[in-house]
Amino acid sequence: MTAATGTPTKPGAAADDADKNPTPPAKRARGETLFFALRSKKFLVSATILLVLAFIAIFGPLIDSTDPVAQGGLPMRHPTLELGNWFGSTYFGDDVFSQFANGLRASFFVGFLGGGLAAVIGMGVGFVAGYRGGWLDEILNMITNIFLVIPTLAVLLVITSYLAARGVLFEAVFVGLFSWPWAARAIRAQTFSLRSREFIDLAKLSGRSGWKVILFEIAPNMSSYLFLTYILLFGGAILLAASLDFIGLGPTGGMSLGLMMYNSVTYGAALQLGIWWWFIPPGIGIIALVGALYVMNVGLDEIFNPKLRDI
Amino acid sequence: MLSLNRVSKSYKVGTFGGKELVAVRDVSFDVDEGEVVSLIGESGSGKTTIGKMILKLVEISRGSITCDGTDVAGIHGGAVKAYYRHVQGVFQDPFSSYNPIFKADRVFSMIRSEYFADMARSEWSDKIEAALRAVTLEPDQVLNKYPHQLSGGQLQRLLVARALLLDLKFLVADEIISMLDASTRIDVLNLLADLKSRGMGILFITHDLSLGNYISEKTVILRRGAIVEMGATEKVFGNPTHPYTKVLITSVPQLHKKWADVEAEIRARGGDDSGTCLFHQAYPPTAGPAAADAPTLVKVEDDHYVGCFDLGQGICRVA
Repeated sequence: MTAATGTPTKPGAAADDADKNPTPPAKRARGETLFFALRSKKFLVSATILLVLAFIAIFGPLIDSTDPVAQGGLPMRHPTLELGNWFGSTYFGDDVFSQFANGLRASFFVGFLGGGLAAVIGMGVGFVAGYRGGWLDEILNMITNIFLVIPTLAVLLVITSYLAARGVLFEAVFVGLFSWPWAARAIRAQTFSLRSREFIDLAKLSGRSGWKVILFEIAPNMSSYLFLTYILLFGGAILLAASLDFIGLGPTGGMSLGLMMYNSVTYGAALQLGIWWWFIPPGIGIIALVGALYVMNVGLDEIFNPKLRDI
Repeated sequence: MLSLNRVSKSYKVGTFGGKELVAVRDVSFDVDEGEVVSLIGESGSGKTTIGKMILKLVEISRGSITCDGTDVAGIHGGAVKAYYRHVQGVFQDPFSSYNPIFKADRVFSMIRSEYFADMARSEWSDKIEAALRAVTLEPDQVLNKYPHQLSGGQLQRLLVARALLLDLKFLVADEIISMLDASTRIDVLNLLADLKSRGMGILFITHDLSLGNYISEKTVILRRGAIVEMGATEKVFGNPTHPYTKVLITSVPQLHKKWADVEAEIRARGGDDSGTCLFHQAYPPTAGPAAADAPTLVKVEDDHYVGCFDLGQGICRVA
């Protein structure tokens, strides 16, 4: 209903146009997606939040170039409007805004890399297991289930005791290596249902090899789902990294949002001393970032899936 | 020649794969070039599975399928592509044969990218046009459209046209007429006849006896995965021997005849005129299990064979 009446052109004119020059549905479908995207409050709000956070992560360290761990400034300054002191300073005299912007950067980095790594592994395992089936599926499924029940924190504790220096890169890779299993399972199930469809048979009959069938027939059919999976993995990676940071297993050099909270509670006694500007910004940052990603996931789901549209 | 030799397909079912579900049982027949063989059977009789085994879309459990002497199960990798150049299939449901998110003529470009990558664009479009004319489609009506914008009949004929782009020797036509309306149906049937006269071998899978009768030289009647009767079409239809074939032929709806009358007719006969099982007359059942290479069909007359009369209802009365 809304698809017809909601298009910006007049219904009568649209019908005339369609008779003379039928619009290719791909364009129409894409236009429709954009139309519903711009109408979805969930999408718009979450996209705005993410854009603002991304802006801070990209340009924040350029505007306020104070070293986040310099420890040179006046300690426990209240936030003021003065540049270099927007969020005040820590117990050790570090600039909180600089820490926040750099931490946000690290969070995005972990999200992109960790989420991306998890998405690549999850898609690879899911597609191959679902498409090939048989013993390969059994083996991959077994590996997936093993990874699913491995306690990530315990493994990290063991690894940490051997590694003296851990960077954000290590954290991202680690998070990526441990958060793919559910994605693999979901993609495997979808591939399973798609692979028995007749157009897959037709592609095989056209001489297409296995990986081409996966890449050009199966994956495009679930592209929106894959996109949503990546967003969820992105948010999940950030959250997992933040919780690792908070219990002191974060990067040893550099800064992250979770590490700020860890430092404020463990070394700075921020709660007791009332340095609220030290732990509130990273907390809000994490909540806003992960929350916006999840809300965006729900919004995009409604945009891609007409059945969920709130009409 | 496409030749099936005691082909079986079974699936493992149950919790630990302990049970076996036999979909196709000891099926042997040949399809010659320039010949239409109709494979007739009810739903679930294994017709589609046989077609898919020929097309290497389903693995063969036992037996072998050979194409011009080459074992089909033994070809892998690049040889499969070469095999598909000569053996193609058209499936029963045209709507699910197209990837819904792409344009329908993508089935042509797939063929081009895999088989005719270095063909000139104009030459290729001429080829497509010729193939479309062969299936009585107007190129500008069907090209550059999405599957949902075309009718089932158009989609089905596009699939036939797609197969025509290759150098076909054999075509597996799985219920390709079922989705078409009466007027286009005859076009496609005539097209198949034309392809046959040009030397193509066609396996015409159908559940419609009259279509099979109309087009084919040879008829294979399938029930529960096994051949019950096969032979030259006029012999199978003229002198049906197996009780199942008889019931099938009587139950073809006819103009000027109500089903109630037909049913009464069958009931009056009591389904009892099948007589003794010809198969077990010729090959009396031994006490032990049958040998793996024991025959499955008995000759009725030249080019006419029939299987055991057992319909799973104890009708087979061993003499």
